[in-house]
Amino acid sequence: MSDGIGARVKRKEDKRFITGKGKYTDDIRMENQAYAAFVRSPHAHAKVKGIDASAAEAMEGVVAVLTGAQLTGDGIGNLICGWAINSKDGSPMNMGPWSALATDRVRYVGDAVAVVIADSQKLARNAAEAVVVDYEELPAVAHADRALAKGAPQVHDNAPGNLIYDWGIGDDAATQAALKGSAHVTELHVTNNRLSPNPMEPRSAVATYDEAEDHYTLYTTSQNPHVARLVLSAFYNVAPEHKLRVIAPDVGGGFGSKIYIYPEEITCLWASMKTKRSVKWTSDRTEAFMTDAHGRDHITTAKMGFDKDGKITGFHVDTVANFGAYMSLFSSAVPTYLYATLLSGQYDIHNIYCNVRAVYTNTVPVDAYRGAGRPEACYLIERMMETAAREMGMDPAELRRRNFIQSFPHQTPVIMNYDSGDFPGNLDKALKAADIAGFPARKAEAAKRGKLRGIGYSCYIEACGIAPSAAVGSLGAGVGLWESAEVRVNPVGTIEILTGSHSHGQGHETTFAQIVSDRFGVPIDNVSIVHGDTDKVQMGMGTYGSRSGAVGMSAIVKAMDKVEAKVKKIAAHVLEASEDDIVIEGGEVKVAGTDRKMAWHEVGLAAYTAHNLPAGMEPGLKEGAFYDPVNFTFPAGAYIAEVEVDPDTGVTKIVQFTAADDFGTIINPNIVEGQVHGGVAQGIGQAILEQVVYDEGGQLLTGSYMDYAMPRADDVPFYTIEHNTTVCPNNPLGIKGCGEAGAIGAPPAVINAITDAIGTNDLQMPATPARVWAALNAARAPMAAE
Amino acid sequence: MYDVSYHRPASLADAKAMLASDDAKVLAGGQTLLPTMKQHLAAPSDLVDVRRIPGMSGVKVEGGKLVIGAATTHAEVAGNADVLKHVPSLACLAAGIGDPAVRHMGTIGGSIANNDPAADYPSAILALNATVVTDRREIAADDYFQGMFTTALEPGEIITAVKITPPKSGGYAKFPNPASRYAMVGVYVAQTGAGVRVAVTGAGQDGVFRHDGLEAALSARFAPEAVDGVSVSADGLLSDIHGDAAYRAHLVKVMAKRAVAAAA
Repeated sequence: MSDGIGARVKRKEDKRFITGKGKYTDDIRMENQAYAAFVRSPHAHAKVKGIDASAAEAMEGVVAVLTGAQLTGDGIGNLICGWAINSKDGSPMNMGPWSALATDRVRYVGDAVAVVIADSQKLARNAAEAVVVDYEELPAVAHADRALAKGAPQVHDNAPGNLIYDWGIGDDAATQAALKGSAHVTELHVTNNRLSPNPMEPRSAVATYDEAEDHYTLYTTSQNPHVARLVLSAFYNVAPEHKLRVIAPDVGGGFGSKIYIYPEEITCLWASMKTKRSVKWTSDRTEAFMTDAHGRDHITTAKMGFDKDGKITGFHVDTVANFGAYMSLFSSAVPTYLYATLLSGQYDIHNIYCNVRAVYTNTVPVDAYRGAGRPEACYLIERMMETAAREMGMDPAELRRRNFIQSFPHQTPVIMNYDSGDFPGNLDKALKAADIAGFPARKAEAAKRGKLRGIGYSCYIEACGIAPSAAVGSLGAGVGLWESAEVRVNPVGTIEILTGSHSHGQGHETTFAQIVSDRFGVPIDNVSIVHGDTDKVQMGMGTYGSRSGAVGMSAIVKAMDKVEAKVKKIAAHVLEASEDDIVIEGGEVKVAGTDRKMAWHEVGLAAYTAHNLPAGMEPGLKEGAFYDPVNFTFPAGAYIAEVEVDPDTGVTKIVQFTAADDFGTIINPNIVEGQVHGGVAQGIGQAILEQVVYDEGGQLLTGSYMDYAMPRADDVPFYTIEHNTTVCPNNPLGIKGCGEAGAIGAPPAVINAITDAIGTNDLQMPATPARVWAALNAARAPMAAE
Repeated sequence: MYDVSYHRPASLADAKAMLASDDAKVLAGGQTLLPTMKQHLAAPSDLVDVRRIPGMSGVKVEGGKLVIGAATTHAEVAGNADVLKHVPSLACLAAGIGDPAVRHMGTIGGSIANNDPAADYPSAILALNATVVTDRREIAADDYFQGMFTTALEPGEIITAVKITPPKSGGYAKFPNPASRYAMVGVYVAQTGAGVRVAVTGAGQDGVFRHDGLEAALSARFAPEAVDGVSVSADGLLSDIHGDAAYRAHLVKVMAKRAVAAAA
């Protein structure tokens, strides 16, 4: 089938997106719609001593001004973190209270204290400026290391020293001993820069309360509407689940930031009940910088030991993770089970220990962002490998080869059990595609033009397809991470797939239809994908962690298995053949080896007319399935970046970028390549451009694109993309996932290339021109002094 | 954006009358003013759009001088045959301002009236020893720029044109801010009848400024290498998250060399 698995099919959804016909949350217009504007703290830390809303309430078009006291008074619950992590001493994490509207204290710039509901967005915003909040400023702390220092301002009373947890994984003593006996030990101090997610569509919500039915509807920018409904119902007490419908229509990018249920959605729902008006809120870009959950923000000191042959003896890691002012929904899992469990990388390491201290600061909450923990792990390991190779005078590719895991399954000392892969093969493919042999000549040619050319490697591995429910449950997760699907064959043979996965750019309408087409031989245009509406689709867990292929599609396959079994029974009955002899081929259901057959739609019709079904068979052709993965999946690959640094200005130009990935089975190469392009662009953004900066007092200095540098087309090169597929043995399609690889693998490749070019290992992300120029000067200065 | 009244005067006299109110502002492209208003950081009562006033836009050569109407867009300056012929470095500068949308809305008069410390045009006006023509007088460039966002313009005074005597040669080199792509450091060099003039934008705490050391060195020898021996002090230069004053001081030299190398 030309539309099936592996076909480079054009995305079905693109026509409406490209022609501006997509329907996003902000496009929703309800009757009687009012608009919300939030009154936000200008201070990083302050007591709220009083709110005077009288002037705002008196303004034209203002429906209501609502405060945190009213919200909590109505029983709306505090925001929660859904993953319980215990400290090394067994004590539970210290979670401070987070109300959707602050009542007595604000803890970051942008923390909401009140909401104005008015007849237009403009009136709401103007009135929000007229709300007078009496703040008593408190000392603030914005940086994780300072938050842990003695005498630092306390963000939450119940988290002494701002420590949320002090967690560890692996064997500390054995790792220390292994380092002691090593022939060489490399030590690195790295920061993983704080990022703002910047989806093209900002967050938005439209909440409606139906008084007659006592029922709520929420349109929102969500990656997981069912999880949103569950949390809004079970924890925030907005409404019971059967009285709350959550719809995530077209969503323009998420990168993790739209997993979480934010104060704004909760407030809009509650406000719609209070005001009996539909309430719309759409973030502007400044609000997005101030309130969307940020990503990364680690400070790490690590040591890696090697024996005389370059084999890794031990890896000891100490990380401080900045969580911001409150614990966001999955924040606790990111620097623990999504980070430290990947610290074995692609390497056979017997001794690993990682200590993670999570800390509160007066900054916006930090949570999962494209890769979530895995980019931080990969960056650390791959900087370490490159640095160690340079220190030991070895070829960095050779050092990696000596340590690659070669047989599977492979149990690491940090929980993960890798199921498959071909790490040397990935690297070989990348080396060849990048023309490593020609690098010295390219470097010499660049030198003639006054440019410093460098090359850097990164061999990443990640854990996707999250995740086996029982396993994550045993590690503290509050939810199971299975997925659901329903396959509805209509009487005319067209097919609807109802999925708990949610597309916010991934192209599910195309790829999900492709696996159906592949299985039943129907054209992809005869398959529609239904998602993102809790009233239409059975409970599902949504899209993040590259799980839609490995988990979401697997659920569809399970449901298709059931449909196929029933189709064969019906056809066998009608065609008077044995069920075992029925085959589905090219849109027809045939008796093998004969000319007896039914067209696909004839089987559908037979199922619904029910005139001639096997005895006892229920009419209809609709099957559902839940799929719970047995393991994570492990996409891996080798990336090579080649850069030219202008020593006069410190400007880095990425001149070549090669990616050789193992994503398991590829459904649509076009979409997979798009994911790699976007992921690598974000990785390059992290490496050389992007960083959220708060000053010492917690003021956000990067509140717009004037100061937050996003990658643009001319910042990234044309990519060379290779695939080296090994099939995942643990799910029916053999899929591993591709959504985050680029963002995980690219940053260390780029930084390794820049440090190669300028001759120092002492460089932090983002490698801005100013930083590279300073590092270049610092690298030259000691020589001058000697 | 707060409520604002928009006016499109047909003549300078009408515009002046409309600007009588203290809270009225000239709109000359709005590429800075409008975003500022959207963010509630500016709230004029009236906008007086001067772009359609006859004679306010376009380029002509008069008495050997290039006369550029204040409402001439960056795109028009970049593509104008007279500018390309007489002051190609100015066309080159205009072609590098912002993005295509900005270049088709923003105007030379708007840019120099605003005098953003990171704008490109002020360096050209100062280095080219241009004359700023207003509805009431002519102001020499050296007298016109008076610090960040500050100029010699009086309340209600409207720039009508810029007059430039074509230099023997001129060149501009810009180091863009990685985020905004405004000039983090921009250096314009010009061999004028009054000697070599070097103006620096983007770097100074007080906006655009001339650099004596660079001017002296380049007057002695107008070549990139002449910059090598010049000392550029970091005093008075900006420091921010994109680069400190020392880095900017270094970039002033690098951009000066590149501007000289590009001079035409």
